[in-house]
Amino acid sequence: MGNLNYRVVVFIFAFLFGVVFSIPSLTQSADDTNTTGKKITLGLDLQGGLHMLLSVKTEVALESKLKSIGTTVKYILEKNKIAYEKLKFEDGKVSFTLLDPNDVTTVDGLLAENFKGVLVEKSDLLYAMRLSPELIETTKTHAIDQAVETIRNRLNMYGLAEPTVAKQGKTKILVEVPGIKTAEDEDRIKGLISKAAHLQMMAVDEDRANRIYGMSDAEAKQYGDVILLDVADNRTKYLLRSVPILDGSMLTDAQVAYEKDTQRPMITFSLNGRGSKIFADFTNEAQKTKARMAVVLDNEVYTAPRVQTRIGGGRVQITGDFTPQEAHDVAIALRSGALLAPVQSEEERNVGPTLGADNIKASSIALIIGFLSVIVFMVIYYGMAGVISNVALVANLFLILAVMSLFGATLTLPGMAGIVLTVGMAVDANVIINERIRELLHEGASITKSIEQGYNNAFTAIWDANVTTLIAAVVLFQFGTGPIKGFALTISIGILASMLTAILGTHGIYQWLTPKIDKNRLGFWFGIKTKGAK
Amino acid sequence: MEVFKHDQAIVGFMKNAKKVGFLSVTLVVISLGLLFTKGLNFGIDFAGGTVVQLQYTGKAPIKKVRDILANSSEYGEATVNFFGSDSEIAIRTKQTSKAVKGGIKEKIVALIKDTGDFTVRGVDMVGPAVGDELKSQGLQAMFYSILGILLYISFRFEWRFAIASVMALMHDVIIAMGALSLFQIDVNLPILAAILTILGYSLNDTVIVFDRIREGIRTLKSTKLEEVIDESVTRTLSRTTLTSLTTFFVVLTLYLFGGEALNGFSFTLLIGVVVGTYSSIFVASPILMWLNFSIDEFRASEATKLKREKEREKQRAMYEQGTI
Repeated sequence: MGNLNYRVVVFIFAFLFGVVFSIPSLTQSADDTNTTGKKITLGLDLQGGLHMLLSVKTEVALESKLKSIGTTVKYILEKNKIAYEKLKFEDGKVSFTLLDPNDVTTVDGLLAENFKGVLVEKSDLLYAMRLSPELIETTKTHAIDQAVETIRNRLNMYGLAEPTVAKQGKTKILVEVPGIKTAEDEDRIKGLISKAAHLQMMAVDEDRANRIYGMSDAEAKQYGDVILLDVADNRTKYLLRSVPILDGSMLTDAQVAYEKDTQRPMITFSLNGRGSKIFADFTNEAQKTKARMAVVLDNEVYTAPRVQTRIGGGRVQITGDFTPQEAHDVAIALRSGALLAPVQSEEERNVGPTLGADNIKASSIALIIGFLSVIVFMVIYYGMAGVISNVALVANLFLILAVMSLFGATLTLPGMAGIVLTVGMAVDANVIINERIRELLHEGASITKSIEQGYNNAFTAIWDANVTTLIAAVVLFQFGTGPIKGFALTISIGILASMLTAILGTHGIYQWLTPKIDKNRLGFWFGIKTKGAK
Repeated sequence: MEVFKHDQAIVGFMKNAKKVGFLSVTLVVISLGLLFTKGLNFGIDFAGGTVVQLQYTGKAPIKKVRDILANSSEYGEATVNFFGSDSEIAIRTKQTSKAVKGGIKEKIVALIKDTGDFTVRGVDMVGPAVGDELKSQGLQAMFYSILGILLYISFRFEWRFAIASVMALMHDVIIAMGALSLFQIDVNLPILAAILTILGYSLNDTVIVFDRIREGIRTLKSTKLEEVIDESVTRTLSRTTLTSLTTFFVVLTLYLFGGEALNGFSFTLLIGVVVGTYSSIFVASPILMWLNFSIDEFRASEATKLKREKEREKQRAMYEQGTI
């Protein structure tokens, strides 16, 4: 044992490292809840689940930004007792006309103070406000970031195992939900992801409400109104003021409650201070004429009662034909906030649990058969030299798993293929080395010299070949997405690991074993017949 | 065990280079012809579309499903095929849906719900924008890896080696893509991975042969490139064959046992391994010859490189001794 050298020590260390850190991954089972040690996560193609790539309709966010500017303008003007008319929202701008020329300076001051980044155009008493390019940009970015945050909150509240919600690139959102078992679950999750949960309180335009069934959308727009349908019965229409009284951004909580008599589920929510104030003021005004106020969720009218009294305290409720599950999901959606803009599906990959299991099975079988046939072949062809290569190969496999575990990397189907391929390519280094050693033995060099010289000769070839492949893999990692990234990652790790095990490791083992190698038994040690060795 | 003897007679590869070159050119031309006429059969990952995979208890009533879809207003163009076994089918349509909820899967399932007892095993929907992005990413990946490789090999060897290896690599990739076109295999993401793997593999093989040629140039007495190449390629023949065989077997097991999902991937690789091995022996080295690579020049430049390095060392030594 006197020939222990640093290479063997490093190799043994790497081997142990590989085994220790790949154990948590190798022993994990499908419904494992203990989280000791870092593990490889199985990709959705292996464990089953829902993968979606979403885009955000940012133009809607811009629209609602303008609308909320409209709401604020209304609030500010009324608070300051400034007379105005024709407050409306169209073609990407909010416009209104002042009635009294003496208010111009006050209004200019108020607008400048309250609206940063909003461009104000004036012609006489007509004001038009639009968003500046910078504000448009930040609004878009904010809409996407907010969607990521909101969807994440909703999925977390729904209580599923480890959903992933992340921004991908500048404009897309990646959602991955593993472990969906039933179609109903899938439906509810998709509902939660896509529900805008855009809550608005809107005043009914009582002056024109009686004419609604003969009115077109365009005509309604002229009056600064909008026509919306009833959620339960889409023949019932409502003519509503397009600038809402208040919206879901002033909401602080939403809960499911049950009606006393019927036990029907309903959703109650609370408004913040400013919301409560606006709501109280509005109801105070509306009760005089018994005007109606509509509760609108995602552009559908849930209820539109006549206002009987002033409502303070900011507590509101929505009734509707909810099932308890729907009420639960709507409450989650309201609590986590509205999506500033609706999301659209750009890509959906849904792998059922049985399909995932089949994928694991098939690729594992291929991996095992491929691995075993290479191992057997190496022993038959190279004798003990083949055994040494095989030790390196096993170490290589453990190292790949260990490094992936430490990164918390995701193993996908192409990733599995990448490992299989690395097995094939890791053998290559040892084939090159063994061939070089054999050459030298044939030429009659001593065993020590054959090994040292063989490694020297083989090194540049292995190095250059590995580096070029590594270049390709890194580029692939850089440009690829999802599964391709996984593939590139496993190959890159595999190449690096094989440099350690196949070059350094086997070299060390040879050096360690050199004193034991019998020059008369080269057939056993190197799988060759030669009489030439000294 | 030994297949190739160490005293293996040197094979005159370069004598036959013209004949082999003719074969290569023919294959490349046929492949390009296929690519331009038949084209690649882009799967949904690139072209956009939806695939719904269903599993029936018992044999899938594929004809019924086809009839229902053919008569539907929306999915007339959808194709239905068995997938892996006769109880599973895959329904493919070019359509996509932006709706997060109530997309194409739900609609198709509603249409065929009376055809028997089935479960949805998987759904893939890729919007056209995503597909285009992937295509451009794939091309970019290809471009930058080739660029990186060119630079690295020029740095480690010489520019003619770099050109030759990249040409061999294009040869392999074009032929593999020709095969994809010939058999009209669905080109999806895994196939892109396979093509890029071929790129790496082919290069790996070529670099190892080139390494031997580089070594041959330094150590062999002959100044005739043809002889140096022949001897170097012969010397690496054993390694090339062995590695190719082991890789081939591994990929073959992947093809045979890897399941439907890896079928296209492993098929592409099988072709790539065969073509890659062939090209590293018969394509890359002759190109080196045709590019008028000169051994004398290479040796001279190596010598100046060595000289420069020695001088630098000398200077460093002088610097350290404080003489400068």
